[in-house]
Amino acid sequence: MDITKLSAFEMRKKISKKEISSKELVTAHFNRIEEVEKNINAFITLNKEEALKTAEKVDEKIKNGEQIGLLAGLPIGVKDNIVTKDLRTTCGSKMLENFIPPYDATVVTRIKEADGIIMGKTNMDEFAMGSSTETSYFGPTKNPIDTERVPGGSSGGSAAAVKSGEVALALGTDTGGSIRQPASYCDVVGIKPSYGIVSRYGAVSMANTLDQVGVFGRDVRDAVFMLSAITGYDKKDSTSFNNPEGTIIFGSFPEEIDYKDYLKGMKIGLPREFTYEGMDPRINEEITKSIKMFESLGAEIEEISLPHIEYGLAAYYIISTSEISSNLARFDGVKYGYRAKEYNTLDELYINSRTEAFGEEVKRRIMLGTYSLSRGYADDHYKKALKVRTLIKNDFDKAFSKYDIILSPTCPVLPFKLGEKVNDPLAMYMGDLFTVPVNLAGLCSMSIPCGYVEGLPVGLQIIGNRLKEANIIKAGLGFEGGVKNGL
Amino acid sequence: MAYKTIIGLEIHTELMTKTKMFCSCTNAFGGEANTHCCPVCIGLPGALPVINKTAIEYAIRAGIALNCKINTHTRMDRKNYFYSDLVKGYQISQDDIPLCEGGHIEIETEEGTKKVHLERIHIEEDTGKQTHTTEGDTLIDYNRAGVPLIEIVTKPEMNTPEEARQFLENLRSTLKYIEVSDCKMEEGSLRCDVNINIVDSETGNKTNITEIKNLNSFRGAVKAMEYEEKRHIELLQKGENTVKETRRWDEVKGETISMRAKGTVADYRYAPDGDFAEIVLEDSWVDEIKNNLPELPHHKKERFIKDYDLSEYDAGVLTASKDLATFFEETIKYIDDSKLVSNWIMGDVLRRLKDEEIEIQDTKLTPKSLGDLIKIVKDGKINNNTGKKVLKEIFDTGKEPETIIKEQELVQISDEGALKEIVSKVLDENEQSIIDYKNGKDRAIGFLVGQIMKASKGKANPQMVNKMLIEMINER
Amino acid sequence: MITREQVEHMANLAKLKFSEEEIDGFTHKFSEVLSYVEKLNEVNTEGVEPAYGVNNHIQVLREDVVQEGLSREEVLQNIKENQYGYFKLLKIVE
Repeated sequence: MDITKLSAFEMRKKISKKEISSKELVTAHFNRIEEVEKNINAFITLNKEEALKTAEKVDEKIKNGEQIGLLAGLPIGVKDNIVTKDLRTTCGSKMLENFIPPYDATVVTRIKEADGIIMGKTNMDEFAMGSSTETSYFGPTKNPIDTERVPGGSSGGSAAAVKSGEVALALGTDTGGSIRQPASYCDVVGIKPSYGIVSRYGAVSMANTLDQVGVFGRDVRDAVFMLSAITGYDKKDSTSFNNPEGTIIFGSFPEEIDYKDYLKGMKIGLPREFTYEGMDPRINEEITKSIKMFESLGAEIEEISLPHIEYGLAAYYIISTSEISSNLARFDGVKYGYRAKEYNTLDELYINSRTEAFGEEVKRRIMLGTYSLSRGYADDHYKKALKVRTLIKNDFDKAFSKYDIILSPTCPVLPFKLGEKVNDPLAMYMGDLFTVPVNLAGLCSMSIPCGYVEGLPVGLQIIGNRLKEANIIKAGLGFEGGVKNGL
Repeated sequence: MAYKTIIGLEIHTELMTKTKMFCSCTNAFGGEANTHCCPVCIGLPGALPVINKTAIEYAIRAGIALNCKINTHTRMDRKNYFYSDLVKGYQISQDDIPLCEGGHIEIETEEGTKKVHLERIHIEEDTGKQTHTTEGDTLIDYNRAGVPLIEIVTKPEMNTPEEARQFLENLRSTLKYIEVSDCKMEEGSLRCDVNINIVDSETGNKTNITEIKNLNSFRGAVKAMEYEEKRHIELLQKGENTVKETRRWDEVKGETISMRAKGTVADYRYAPDGDFAEIVLEDSWVDEIKNNLPELPHHKKERFIKDYDLSEYDAGVLTASKDLATFFEETIKYIDDSKLVSNWIMGDVLRRLKDEEIEIQDTKLTPKSLGDLIKIVKDGKINNNTGKKVLKEIFDTGKEPETIIKEQELVQISDEGALKEIVSKVLDENEQSIIDYKNGKDRAIGFLVGQIMKASKGKANPQMVNKMLIEMINER
Repeated sequence: MITREQVEHMANLAKLKFSEEEIDGFTHKFSEVLSYVEKLNEVNTEGVEPAYGVNNHIQVLREDVVQEGLSREEVLQNIKENQYGYFKLLKIVE
């Protein structure tokens, strides 16, 4: 039996039943990493020594009959824009090539408290800016399904690591689709929780009103398992919810799932705006099939309209780049990170350090954001985009007053080849068309595998209202059950 | 006068909270470099700010004391610029919705009481501190980074450096009264920038505004304003104008020096800081802060006039500093005679403070020692002049008045027999003075009293001496 | 449309430097993206409030209690240039 192929949930059961030890499990995964990593490049930094030590401690706890945490002994990947104390955190950038954080992100603390094993830091687009993991300073990650293709991004390393069995579970971040799109491309489940459900403390900000930490698993149950370990109020994050009515408790989803019950009577909206001319018709076919399955399992489906969705991408690029331009100002070569060797003035220190250490895409977005916030343009650009954001949010609020979930494709295109779009930013941005409105409105959303086109995976996006994670989880479990049962 | 001076002030004050504005690091002054720091205040990637409740409370207190409107719905914004003492490439501040708006401070001018209006008071974070080595390197300490600040901006309504000085004195007094800041300019807990220009009232011609920075004392601020006033007027007289620029005050040279021209206006790209939720303050909390506000200077002054029967002038002097007012009220617990205490403080005590340029709390004098001393004098154990000597001794040594009197044998001689002996001896030695007195030269009495005091080493009871002297001369 | 001068001004604000060719390329790419976002002008936003955040919760205020921060070693661990416990910038002309 190859234990790296088990679900995290099964691994966890075997560990608590003492059928396998955490050390065995972690060792098997490091062997797997050694085997595939040269082709995949999912990791920037491995944490082998520390991971094995922690695994031994967990085994010791089990041996002594002590209480163990939810994630006890499970191998987990952490996206490299989430800080880990004493473990290098690069954000995929030359800027932080040697950065060793002196503190843990809250989500990392929670994994550690739940006895999870951090295997390493996963590859990503530089500062999470990109949709292919090609902008990483540490080289691109490849899609385990077809290594000539991109794994999506920016959390491409996490998605690829989960798919290829290098880890059982992984953390990602999602600002405009950075969990859902790679989940779709790598044929795994990815959840972007509602804004404020998971602490952002220690997740390096890209666009701080859109960023959210989320999870990857090979099935819905695994992803939920991971999510329930990291959610909850954090007083260090002023934007985190301290009365999360919708907080997911893993126990509320029974082990023996009767998938059929989850979808019965569920009201589903299908926005007519979530398709466009030139979109790959084969993706639409797969989505249509999936929708039929929802229907056959008792869901009620209606077409709806979200009239302002078509402006989502434009608003997203203004808002996100504005925030990026400010959030990335702290990388100036003074306190940490790359410092240019040559400088005569303070200005030269800034300019040379930033120019030498930031990649092209990062600079491009900082420039666009600087423009959008600058005097004379802020009202037309930044403020205007925030008003459109209100309208988009209102569209969703209206829809969710009537429907439990909204379905759409996760991506309008299939995983593309490495290098294919890296020089065409606008085409790359179009890939985020269906995912960014979710971040603009702070909703929760899941990408779940729903079919294949010529061997390449297609993801279905299940969108739920703010704090209504329970709805997308039920929908995901129901749908997944249907797929497994050959419906 | 054809020229009118226009002055506006921007004052930054550090709040005396226990922790910093957005993290739980200590807000103690000084400390070894970079030892009051955490991921938040050195701007590490991923760290997030959380607002200090007490900082908001203190800012509201200042707003209420300065007659501002409190905005109970507000938010934090980012002011984006690069500088090495700024850790994040932006300062967390407030842009279009400051915590406090409007407000005023009253000052006294020749034309009577004048209200100087405030534009706003907002909250923000302080920056780090840097020093330059002799090798030309820059060393940075971020202990001060993230310390809570309020920025107080006035309208350009002051017309003389003296008005600005009064405004600053009153502001400092108020902020100290309400215990939100220690306002120590030398430690940088109160910093002041001045905007100044001149209008020719006849032609309407104006000079461009000069901003003066690097002011380390109120005196320096006044001198800098006087210097600039003169410079602006001279340029106007020559038909020239000033450059819109920032200048710094050089205390040693006694002049302002150009720092940078404001050719291109800085573009701070203000935007709401998404790391915070909306700040919504309960009205009941603001009311509570208002109700618990420590007594303000003008209220205290009125109370002093009423309760202690003091003149307006005396009450004003005594309440100008909270520490002095407290000292006064503490002293009358030991000697129930407010007028006498007021006289002592207004006289010898304040003279001493002025001579040494110190504050009452920095001396060895305590309310108890002053109260005891006044009581001793009032009871006639020592005379007034001896009392002054004892006060000086307390200032110098911090000893109790009884101890000083005992050690130096200063107890007043009020024993009739003993006094008679001294007077008699002095009269024997000064026959001529008796003759002079009898010939109508009243001055002779003064001379004789002086001789008696000298003979008694200053300890003779002066009232008794005066009475006895006349009687004894008449007997001769 | 965006001009070269504007691009240069933005670069200066953002503390970035570009070669002549990069600025040309930039001006072009930038214009493309900007003309795409011009799309927003189609939307009538009269009377609409800007969404500064997505959730309606209220800022929690922290109690004023001191907690231990980082050690000085931790504060300085990510920069080579430091001296006497200070961050150090080498010979900067003021």
